Amino acid sequence: MTLSQEPRTEPQGSTGDNAGGARGVAQGRGLFDREILLQALNGSFKKLDPRIQVRNPVMFVVLIGTIITFIESISHPSIFSWSVTVWLFLTVMFANFAEAVAEGRGKAQADALRRLRSDTDARIVKDDGTEARIQASQLRQGDCVVCEAGDVIPSDGEIIEGVASVDESAITGESAPVIRESGGDRSAVTGGTKVLSDRIMVRITAEPGHTFLDRMIKLVEGASRQKTPNEIALTILLAALTIVFLPVVVVLEPFGHFAGTSVSVVVLIALLVCLIPTTIGALLSAIGIAGMDRLVQRNVLAMSGRAVEAAGDVQTLLLDKTGTITLGNRMASSFYPVPGHTEAEVADTAQLSSLADETPEGRSIVVLAKERFDLRGREVGDDHAFVPFTAQTRMSGLDIDGHRIRKGASDSVKRWVQEQGGSIPNELDEIVARVSRAGSTPLVVADGPEIIGVIELKDVVKQGIRERFDDMRAMGIRTVMITGDNPLTAAAIAQEAGVDDFLAEATPEAKMDLIKAEQQGGKLVAMTGDGTNDAPALAQADVGVAMNTGTNAAKEAGNMVDLDSNPTKLIDIVQIGKELLITRGALTTFSIANDVAKYFAIVPALFVASYPQLKVLNIMKLHSPQSAVLSAVIFNALVIIALIPLALKGVKFRPQGATSILRRNVLLYGVGGVIVPFVFIKLIDLILTATGAF
Amino acid sequence: MGFFWTVVALVVFLGLSWRFLGAYLVSIYEGRTKWLGFVERPIYKLIGVDPEVEQSWQRYAISVVAYSAVAILFTYLMLRLQGSLPLNPNHLGAVSPALSWNTAVSFVTNTNWQAYAGETTMSYLSQMAVLAVQNFTSASVGIAVAVALIRGFSRKNSTTIGNFWVDLVRGVIYLLLPIALVASVIFMAQGAVQTLGGAVHVHDVLNGFKQIIPRGPVASQEVIKQLGTNGGGFFNANGASPFENPTGLTNFLSIGLLLAIPVALTYTFGKMIGSLRQGVTILAVMAVLFFSWVGIGTVAEHQANPAVAKAGLVHQASGNMVGKEVRFGDTSSALYNVASTQTSTGSVDSASDSYTPMGGFALLTGMMLGEISPGGVGSGLYTMLLFAIITVFIGGLMVGRTPEYLGKKIQAKEVKLAALGILVMPITVLVLTGIAVAIHAGRVGVANGGPHGFSEILYAFTSAANNNGSAFAGLSVNTTFYNVTTGVAMLVGRFAIIIPVLALSGVLAAKGLVPESSGTLRTDKALFAGLLVGVILIVGGLTFFPAVSLGPVVEQLSNGRFF
Repeated sequence: MTLSQEPRTEPQGSTGDNAGGARGVAQGRGLFDREILLQALNGSFKKLDPRIQVRNPVMFVVLIGTIITFIESISHPSIFSWSVTVWLFLTVMFANFAEAVAEGRGKAQADALRRLRSDTDARIVKDDGTEARIQASQLRQGDCVVCEAGDVIPSDGEIIEGVASVDESAITGESAPVIRESGGDRSAVTGGTKVLSDRIMVRITAEPGHTFLDRMIKLVEGASRQKTPNEIALTILLAALTIVFLPVVVVLEPFGHFAGTSVSVVVLIALLVCLIPTTIGALLSAIGIAGMDRLVQRNVLAMSGRAVEAAGDVQTLLLDKTGTITLGNRMASSFYPVPGHTEAEVADTAQLSSLADETPEGRSIVVLAKERFDLRGREVGDDHAFVPFTAQTRMSGLDIDGHRIRKGASDSVKRWVQEQGGSIPNELDEIVARVSRAGSTPLVVADGPEIIGVIELKDVVKQGIRERFDDMRAMGIRTVMITGDNPLTAAAIAQEAGVDDFLAEATPEAKMDLIKAEQQGGKLVAMTGDGTNDAPALAQADVGVAMNTGTNAAKEAGNMVDLDSNPTKLIDIVQIGKELLITRGALTTFSIANDVAKYFAIVPALFVASYPQLKVLNIMKLHSPQSAVLSAVIFNALVIIALIPLALKGVKFRPQGATSILRRNVLLYGVGGVIVPFVFIKLIDLILTATGAF
Repeated sequence: MGFFWTVVALVVFLGLSWRFLGAYLVSIYEGRTKWLGFVERPIYKLIGVDPEVEQSWQRYAISVVAYSAVAILFTYLMLRLQGSLPLNPNHLGAVSPALSWNTAVSFVTNTNWQAYAGETTMSYLSQMAVLAVQNFTSASVGIAVAVALIRGFSRKNSTTIGNFWVDLVRGVIYLLLPIALVASVIFMAQGAVQTLGGAVHVHDVLNGFKQIIPRGPVASQEVIKQLGTNGGGFFNANGASPFENPTGLTNFLSIGLLLAIPVALTYTFGKMIGSLRQGVTILAVMAVLFFSWVGIGTVAEHQANPAVAKAGLVHQASGNMVGKEVRFGDTSSALYNVASTQTSTGSVDSASDSYTPMGGFALLTGMMLGEISPGGVGSGLYTMLLFAIITVFIGGLMVGRTPEYLGKKIQAKEVKLAALGILVMPITVLVLTGIAVAIHAGRVGVANGGPHGFSEILYAFTSAANNNGSAFAGLSVNTTFYNVTTGVAMLVGRFAIIIPVLALSGVLAAKGLVPESSGTLRTDKALFAGLLVGVILIVGGLTFFPAVSLGPVVEQLSNGRFF
């Protein structure tokens, strides 16, 4: 504990303009930051490139349609055909804009991160032990570098010598420094972070261009973004709908001819664009980008969109007990005297035994004794000796004034007492068993050959965690607690926290077997982990969230990294995954449902000339055929803009059963999707009529 | 009231067939029914099939296509050679090439579109050994494909989906033949004709005219045309002829028979995938659509005929009786025709062309929904399951899960195949109708101009592409243009759906099962059924809205109102 000195709390502004607060990468730029909007506007034009457009079959059709109406407008100019052309063009632009806005925030974050990468010098240690300065970008895997207080760590690596406090705020946004030391699971350091104290030797583990920072930049920027399986499936459905509407619209020409009307190309294209699912087609990629971005906002980096999608499907969550379900450290909660002693005596003895115990458990004993019996932590004189905990004795304590006070595991203390000729009270075993059954850890306290009582160390379950598990259950997700505790203790904590199942005395192998068994049954499994021995399980799990404090091996194996290293976040991740899918489904439904109103606007307009009786179908009582068609086209374009915020923020997910979620969303986006356009097309028609041009 | 009891009796009849015929189908296609093994085994030996060996979806599909190709060729040749073959007491000559092609395709695809009048075109041999045989086998092919798709859902990590030849043979000998045998006896008892004697020549000396009354082996063909949802009548008048459909009882039985297997298959589906509720949900969706359309059709036909009213007959005692048989009445006739268009049967007991525009609308749009309520034997179920997949995909997303149906993940491949299977029909109908109204050869056959003429053409291609086979009449379809184009529509409407369905079955069978949780979209609930109805109506509506507006809707609106 050499580094427990005051961490330097100088302002964390050294990492450029992104470290304004506690959120490193995720520092909050609003969804509609002015700068992002301006850039997005610019981006919308760049995306007009047909090579980009062709990737989105729905919008590509709109673009082609726009070109045709444009040509038509030149050859047969009219206010109507020019208006349609302009609004069709705007439809394409709005789609581009949606995507550009979604990308915008990621780009801004990527720029901030890139500044971190700006070339630092590295002090490389050669084989002969001499040091040299080279550029960080020239470091190769296996090189060794030295970093001292004030240095920026040049690349990802493993500490092979020394211990240091490191400021990782540039990456995690967390301003409190963390301790990194050689050996064990806290030896990984990330390029771009800063050493605050001491000196460490680091072996570089990443090739240039493949560091964690590089990957992060690529991710937030969306450069390596690929369509996810579900996105591909949806694109196919949208393409199919687009394809079927082509003949639907094209045959209206001969149909109209047979009926004695000629149908103008501009109107047909307007109808086509209104029918094909432009709303979801325009917003689909924005939804995907925004989903990844929402994770980044919560300081989670998903290595692929596929992982985010899988998160929505997760059916089993493996949660580490410590840190996720319980507060991590056991706390003294009760003192139990054996017959012949009082609770106060236990408290007194226990406190004495723990005076020198700096562990959180030891301190909690001192605190509890103080709270319960107002026993102050006293200053002991010179006439004493601390007995530290060792793996052999499994006890610790204090020798004072001829008393030999010990606390420790039941077996060890019993043996120690018996060795001194003391006797074991009959009731002791029962107390110990009772405490164990309750999921707590019993520590026996003895004064020389005499056993005084038992301290109960309790695992404190986090507040509110039970409710979250209830939510999970409602969502159909099974929670499994992973712990190294014995089955008895595990069962008690599982009961208290409300998890569905537990894996006690968990070894990495047992964890792996559990994941495989769940997957064998067709379930998707999510877990968190940080140690090197977690790596295989992280890789096996469908969603493996590695803690940023963890080892590089763990971070490589998982498909997400939580920069806050907060395992509870797994639950948020599942939620975001679900929101992403719901948003897609809701907007698809909305988009298709909209078509009903558009038909009622356009079909009567198309044929009313030859069949006046069709005006009955004009249930919105739109002013004229031209105003009807144009209103539908304008609605179709504006609805994209109107839905951008929803696409970016996502449809809110409430932890409920599938049926109630479905009912709600069908009503909102299905039934609502049928009704809303009737209202707005009518409104637009009224405005158009007021202009007097149609 | 009479009609009310007809419907009640029909529901009871179908309830029984759902439960018992459905269970019997399970045991047929799971191979447990063996009582005709002595017939079955020699057939396998004859065609060189090992009934124990199952097929991959590709082999299954190749078998379906190969069998159908041979059947078309055989039918074509038999019709072309009809004049030189026996059992031809009326001495009918060879059928023309275009008509032979059209008829061959029509019967092999379970369409039974008839561009000819049976009594003046087909010999008894052609009726019995050629067309009736296809009535049995094409129905069995449809059921086999549906069962193959069910196997795709119920199996996991499997590379095979059954053996087509076994499914084909078992469907014919265990299911269709026994029921047809019993039912034809009832039909004969009711007065349906069954004879190999030729036409009867009547010479009425008193009034001084001669009449030829055609006869034939009618009852046997009448029953399978309904049971197998084929629809091809022995006579041109189809179910309106008293020799085919003599009484109210045979009329009722006809409706019952054509609905029996499609309805029973939903039980079979539920049982085979291990959740009867899923089957009930599908049945409920079919029932909602079916009865809605029956409602539109019967209400429309129960109205006085507006054209007759215009002619001055304001007080009409019954509904629209133009083109209907008095022995059936307006509502039962409408029920028959609606049931027949909802099942891809296409038989009629009244003239669809004489229906009120809204009555015609019910027949036409019933087919446009894709023949799924309950649809043809097998084809109704498999097409409905394609809709269910699309519904699950959209609905599943809305509950925040990548979608799954019956424990199978619905991903890009499944969506692609389901969308293909659903959309090929509307595209075929619209494109061919577009061509027909645009060119002279198409327009020349229309008896009426304007919206009614348009309806006739639209109806023809809708009927062909949905393998329904009913005709709106009024359109002269025995021309090279219509024989060829409707033939194409029938082939596309059959095989461009069957092949994706079998591919889907293969893809699904190869997948594992995802266990259900409370986060899974429940597909055995009313909410899902409602969503499925919505998707079917929206897909049908969005694809056909403009076309229907220009046909029956305009026509009806000319009368100033919808009903």
